[in-house]
Amino acid sequence: MTLAEIRDILQADVLTGEEDLSTDVQQVVASDGMSEILAFARSRELMITGLTNIQSIRTADIAGVCAVIYCRGKCPDRKVIDFARQKKIPVMATRMVMFDICGILYNRGLKGVS
Amino acid sequence: MAAELLREKFALQGRNFDKAGEVSSEIKVILRDLGIDATTVRRLVIVAFEGEMNVVMYADQGTLTLVLTDEDIRLEIVDRGPGIPDIDLAMQPGYSTASDELREMGFGFGMGLPNMKKNSDEFRIESEVGKGTSVFVRIRLNANA
Repeated sequence: MTLAEIRDILQADVLTGEEDLSTDVQQVVASDGMSEILAFARSRELMITGLTNIQSIRTADIAGVCAVIYCRGKCPDRKVIDFARQKKIPVMATRMVMFDICGILYNRGLKGVS
Repeated sequence: MAAELLREKFALQGRNFDKAGEVSSEIKVILRDLGIDATTVRRLVIVAFEGEMNVVMYADQGTLTLVLTDEDIRLEIVDRGPGIPDIDLAMQPGYSTASDELREMGFGFGMGLPNMKKNSDEFRIESEVGKGTSVFVRIRLNANA
């Protein structure tokens, strides 16, 4: 499933990386704990989190995920979005809660990393 | 004896959360530009980042030294901080002394040190209460790379 399809399904706003939404996603890591993302991400997963500080993008960069989706209506401040743009990491935000996002994407065939 | 190809020492500043992770990002670029394989770089920068976060969260200041040889990559993370009274306990997944404030920043869930060990081929930690903590890590270069 592409990032563009995921954007449509989750009714998400793209905050940066509009040009990279053709990336294909197979697996997802979802957590508010950054060490958990770092422990499970292998490479190029989609990262879902409710944590919107600068460390979320730092973690995304170090873990090598393909994009970040912020859940439950949380929106990072400008500095965080600019940092994501600099690191070339697409970022989206949706009003949906993490449980619903994971359920919907799992139903569409995406899997977690274990 | 492994031949040393690169040695670089970085300063880490405790409590500076805006800068936390900058050194690890820099190391990622350095190693990638040297043509080190992606898996090794990933493992190394996860160890560096978790170590860097630990220094920022708990210590006053520290240093991170990156050493590249023709056989491996080594990291030495040394801080001046409170030290760890019980290292075995600190290594247990889920154990943490982090404040709620630190947890709200997405860290301090007791996975940092286990994560560092998991991504290392050799991992050693020494600590003295009231003085500080030192972590030594070695990751072998992928022979197939």
